[in-house]
Amino acid sequence: MSKTTKTKLRRSMLFVPGSNTGMVCNAFIYKPDTVMFDLEDSVALSEKDSARLMVFHALQHFTYQDIETAVRVNPLDTPFGILDLEAVIRGGVDIVRLPKTDTVQDVLDMEREIERIEKEIGTTKKTMLLAAIESALGVVNAVEIARSSSRMMGIALGAEDFVRDLHTQRTKEGGELMAARNQILLAARAAKIGAFDSIFSDIKDKEGFMHEVAYVKSLGFDGKSLINPNQIPWLHKEFAPSTKNISWAIEVIEAAKDAELRGLGVVSLDGKMVDAPIIARAEWIMDLARASGVLGEQL
Amino acid sequence: MSKILEPAHAGTLESSDVFVRVVPSEQNGIEIELESSVSEIYGEAIELLIKETAEAMNIRNIRILVQDKGALDYVIKARVQTAILRAQGTVSPDWSVLS
Repeated sequence: MSKTTKTKLRRSMLFVPGSNTGMVCNAFIYKPDTVMFDLEDSVALSEKDSARLMVFHALQHFTYQDIETAVRVNPLDTPFGILDLEAVIRGGVDIVRLPKTDTVQDVLDMEREIERIEKEIGTTKKTMLLAAIESALGVVNAVEIARSSSRMMGIALGAEDFVRDLHTQRTKEGGELMAARNQILLAARAAKIGAFDSIFSDIKDKEGFMHEVAYVKSLGFDGKSLINPNQIPWLHKEFAPSTKNISWAIEVIEAAKDAELRGLGVVSLDGKMVDAPIIARAEWIMDLARASGVLGEQL
Repeated sequence: MSKILEPAHAGTLESSDVFVRVVPSEQNGIEIELESSVSEIYGEAIELLIKETAEAMNIRNIRILVQDKGALDYVIKARVQTAILRAQGTVSPDWSVLS
């Protein structure tokens, strides 16, 4: 199976500063769903060139061939953006994360450059895009951004810059992010792509992290960006489906298989109709259960 | 043939990394000075990697001083390339020679 598709599970997307050699070399060990190398905010201006080359080589190393890779590049209106793209597309990255996506034009500009580089190197790979929305303007334009490219696999909230733009700051309650989270989620779902929540920066506050993960999961987010490998098992645990949900999903899938064998379009289970959206939901729960390690391989 | 005119460096002395300094040289070929805790076992392989990395960038005369802290091959390659590009003042590299 391919390590990456538009609809793959992405509960955990681990940020790895491209300038931190130890982290670049070891991030795959922690098994996040996606390793997200960073060339932008976590890299000092004086190390942009070295981080770019490090990530270029890491992407090609065998340790990153079985795990999905993303790279947050610098914006195209900086001297680094186009150089980052040249490096990561040639390195074979799966997803380019666009920082500070304010408008559809930001996506189209990035898409045009990616297409040019892919053509130059003669690859058949179609690099995907993940737009990070980090401003009020980006949130207002989220619906158009989400639908702006066939390469778009998801949109993500970048909360740290967003709260600065709103003239406020992050709180544990998260009220300042409510509108942005809802808008990003609706935009993603309308475009049938993924929705990803922002980082939780206090790496010592497990309780606060778990609270936030439970909240964004209940809203409908697919996953969350992370800044510390310790947060991966915590997040995966929260995203693991309950035994009750798994039992229900197994029953739905078996009922659907039985209906198919008998040539029936719909079937009822415990008096409730089982149709395509219910089956899709059951399959999603089973995917989550397998990824969470709470099922045997035979299921 | 490419030349470097200025000394430059890249990398760190942190674990898993390597610190590389490059110094211009007129005619002595590619000279490598390697300090590594694993040089007894991997020294020759590391020196060959460094030499091939410089040659691929069309460098023929250079001194490369390397302090290895247990870096993987691709880290060594990335650091040598970064140091040479810095010494050349190259911002937009020829990616075909860096793979």
